[in-house]
Amino acid sequence: MVDHPIVETTDIKAAVDALKQKFPDAIQDDTRQGYGGIIVDKNHLVEVAAALRDEYGFDYLSSATAVDYFGISDHMEMVYHAYRTSGGPALVFKAQTPRDNPEIPSLINIWPGVDFQEREAWDLYGIRFPGHPNLKRILLWEGFDGHPMRKDWQEAYYEEDHKPFESRWPDGWVHRAEERNVYGKNVKYPADFDLSKLSDQSEESLYANLGLGVSVQELTDKSHIKTDRLVVNMGPHHPSTHGVFRMIVTLNGETIETLEPVMGYLHRNHEKIGERNTFLHNMPFTDRLDYLSSMGNNLGYALAVEQLLANGARYQPPTYRAECIRVLMVELTRIVNHYWAIGFLLNDLGAFFTPALYAIAEREKILDFFEATAGSRMMCNYMRFGGVFKDLPERIRGVASRMNDLVRDYNTMEYLTELINERIPQSIDELDEYLTDSEIIKSRTIGVGYLPPEMAIAYSTAGPLLRASGVLYDVRRADPYSIYPELDFDVAVRYNGDIYDRYLIRLDEMRESVRILKQILPRLERTAGEPFFAGNKQHTPRVPLGEAYGRVENPKGELGFYVVSAGDEKGPQNPWRYHVRAPSFINLTALGPMCIGHKVADVVAILGSIDIVLGETDR
Amino acid sequence: MYGQGILKGLWVTFRHFFNTYVDDIRYAGRKYFRQENFPIRQGLKAQGAFTVQYPDEKLAVPERFRFTPFLVVNDPDHPEAPGEDWCTSCGICAKVCPPQCIWIVRGSDPTTGRPVPQPTAFFIDIDICMNCGFCAEFCPFDAIKMDHNYELASYDRTTHHIHDKQHLSRPLSYWKNIAPTTALEEAVARGGWEHPDVLKAMKKAGQTAVTPTWENMFAKPEPPARPLPPADAADEDPAKAERLRKREEALARKRAAEAGEPAQPAVEATAPAPAVPTGDKPKFDKQAMLEKIRQRKADKG
Repeated sequence: MVDHPIVETTDIKAAVDALKQKFPDAIQDDTRQGYGGIIVDKNHLVEVAAALRDEYGFDYLSSATAVDYFGISDHMEMVYHAYRTSGGPALVFKAQTPRDNPEIPSLINIWPGVDFQEREAWDLYGIRFPGHPNLKRILLWEGFDGHPMRKDWQEAYYEEDHKPFESRWPDGWVHRAEERNVYGKNVKYPADFDLSKLSDQSEESLYANLGLGVSVQELTDKSHIKTDRLVVNMGPHHPSTHGVFRMIVTLNGETIETLEPVMGYLHRNHEKIGERNTFLHNMPFTDRLDYLSSMGNNLGYALAVEQLLANGARYQPPTYRAECIRVLMVELTRIVNHYWAIGFLLNDLGAFFTPALYAIAEREKILDFFEATAGSRMMCNYMRFGGVFKDLPERIRGVASRMNDLVRDYNTMEYLTELINERIPQSIDELDEYLTDSEIIKSRTIGVGYLPPEMAIAYSTAGPLLRASGVLYDVRRADPYSIYPELDFDVAVRYNGDIYDRYLIRLDEMRESVRILKQILPRLERTAGEPFFAGNKQHTPRVPLGEAYGRVENPKGELGFYVVSAGDEKGPQNPWRYHVRAPSFINLTALGPMCIGHKVADVVAILGSIDIVLGETDR
Repeated sequence: MYGQGILKGLWVTFRHFFNTYVDDIRYAGRKYFRQENFPIRQGLKAQGAFTVQYPDEKLAVPERFRFTPFLVVNDPDHPEAPGEDWCTSCGICAKVCPPQCIWIVRGSDPTTGRPVPQPTAFFIDIDICMNCGFCAEFCPFDAIKMDHNYELASYDRTTHHIHDKQHLSRPLSYWKNIAPTTALEEAVARGGWEHPDVLKAMKKAGQTAVTPTWENMFAKPEPPARPLPPADAADEDPAKAERLRKREEALARKRAAEAGEPAQPAVEATAPAPAVPTGDKPKFDKQAMLEKIRQRKADKG
């Protein structure tokens, strides 16, 4: 065997075979029903990962997450999805650990992008990662009792393991959950717990690793203040953070030395809720992740579950019309999202809300179309497993109110045609004209927040952030789904990796989306009247056993859903594991390194250029 | 020259400011009130921004717009069963509801204890409802629909936000008003304007239902429209009666097993459900409900 054989193929099997030759003891196939990939002995995990990255070209770690097989095989495992930035499918590898005293070596030196994801696995599953320099809770507060994603952990207001709950029908006398769990009596303490001795260590631990040179006690101790260095808490309530997000910034003068993001203020354990839900129940919940692009979230989840359903006998793939409608919706969503991203970037630069409102004026027309088709402007809940909720309406027709029954009425296709051919391109050009050559924008953004391409890949960033750094990676082309292979569009890429390029790439992507939409319109006309759904709609489908990872190129980056169907032999109705690989969350890994050396005002702009939504970050 | 950028920026602002008034001038005095101008103001041909004077004016919501669910009942002028529920208390909406905000008490015959296709009580906790529309989408009887009324604010969330059957019920004509196209599509799929069960009974009796069209949408059903569905179908069909009996036995065994008691014969176990007041039509009784909740609490210890 040669020392460094770079395997020049997109074939995953070749890489796996070579890897098995190299590490015969450490690797075995995952032979569970419906599973794929390899199981790596955790003692060799770091070597195998290093070989994967350096010798076989899997330089991009998309997702790392934990699963608890409590009651099935009583172990926990970490699941990693590694990709090549040159494109192709995933190499899935897993490492298993017993449930008591779970420990898996950290991969942070191979792919720094696992930083937040390993912290999340520690936080929610209690798996320790020896080698991780900063292993503390990320979504919950330091001092939280237990690890909530473990299968045997029960939340407040716990009713049953799985929905639908028995109490709702046929004997559903209503009661409010809070009646059973009265305020003031809804907190449980361990038997030997002394409330009076409670102290919050979380702030202290947040500051511990920042390298301040001073301890917090000294800073708060008024007797000797040394203030050449300064800690500033930006957020959680700050207009620049797009929600409740906090950055602990250490300053030297006005220059940033370190920046640590603190999140979890909007945490609701979306994934735990997802495991209580049935497969279909999760669909409207995905709307609430990145609430600006709910159609994209719907599509990602539908793709994941469809992959699982495809293992079953009676599965029918979505019809061609359904795919056309899906792409139409997703690309309109991308435009909507980028209007917001650009508008808010200008907000963050200090042009308070005038540019943002100009940018979102056209968004209103797109949302009107969503409302007429899906029933809601933002929480669309439109995709189903095997198609969409309903076909496009023939007419967009609405009545103002019962008192004032003025009617507005348009032909849907005419509305769409005018929107896509006239209004949207016009407004993109308008934004371009106002902003691109603006002196103020150029001087605030060019060269600020530079992210080199190798770092962008290492930190697992995705979407516009990755492509503005010169990495030509777009899931729609690299690992295609739906009808994207037959559509003619280019992957936008820019090479300077600063805020200005991230702004420009969003304009480019909107123009590419318009190009896609123009190809979708004739397809919609051609398929008019064809079924928008394959087979029968089922409200509680039994999903065949197995695992699936559905990934889509969402406006903010790669959105992945890792769904495991396990347990019931007949095919479970509820997902065993439902994990969201949220682009906003993982893109934040790169925030700290990007900000070092810049001024406080630039942090706001850099954060704006990543374009996060806290509903997705905190989940 | 300094200051050019500022002037250019102000010019953009001024142009947008001016555009807000272009349509006002073009449709002077009749901009909001004339039927034919309304779509122009709220559509793609509109120029500039304009303010909707809520709550005096409202934006037009499209037919598929969904807010909280409501229950469809027969119109009050229905010749045979005015105000009758379309809901058969089959429980599918309660099962597909993602946040589990729908609570249904299945109706049962006060003498035999058998389930009857009508809900005794129906609750929706609108604090919990996430407006997803699954209940309306999967209801096999078109009996639950998404309302357009989004003005649900009240002063006390603890008393006003659980909507009971009376609060939720709306006549079918209301649905035809707010979503005519969808109502027509559904009626065509059912094969008539009536409830699916009624249509089935009519088909059995050899009658044909009126084909739904735009024209007869609000027409009253013909008075001698149909025979009522047999009060207890089981009496006529021995096979069905047998099935029902077996099912009840199984249910009784299940209940007994849950209660940790030895299985009892079916006859004793089919006692009428507690807390259902006997009478012609079981209706929601708050006292009974509270009693039941207390009872359940006590049982759980």
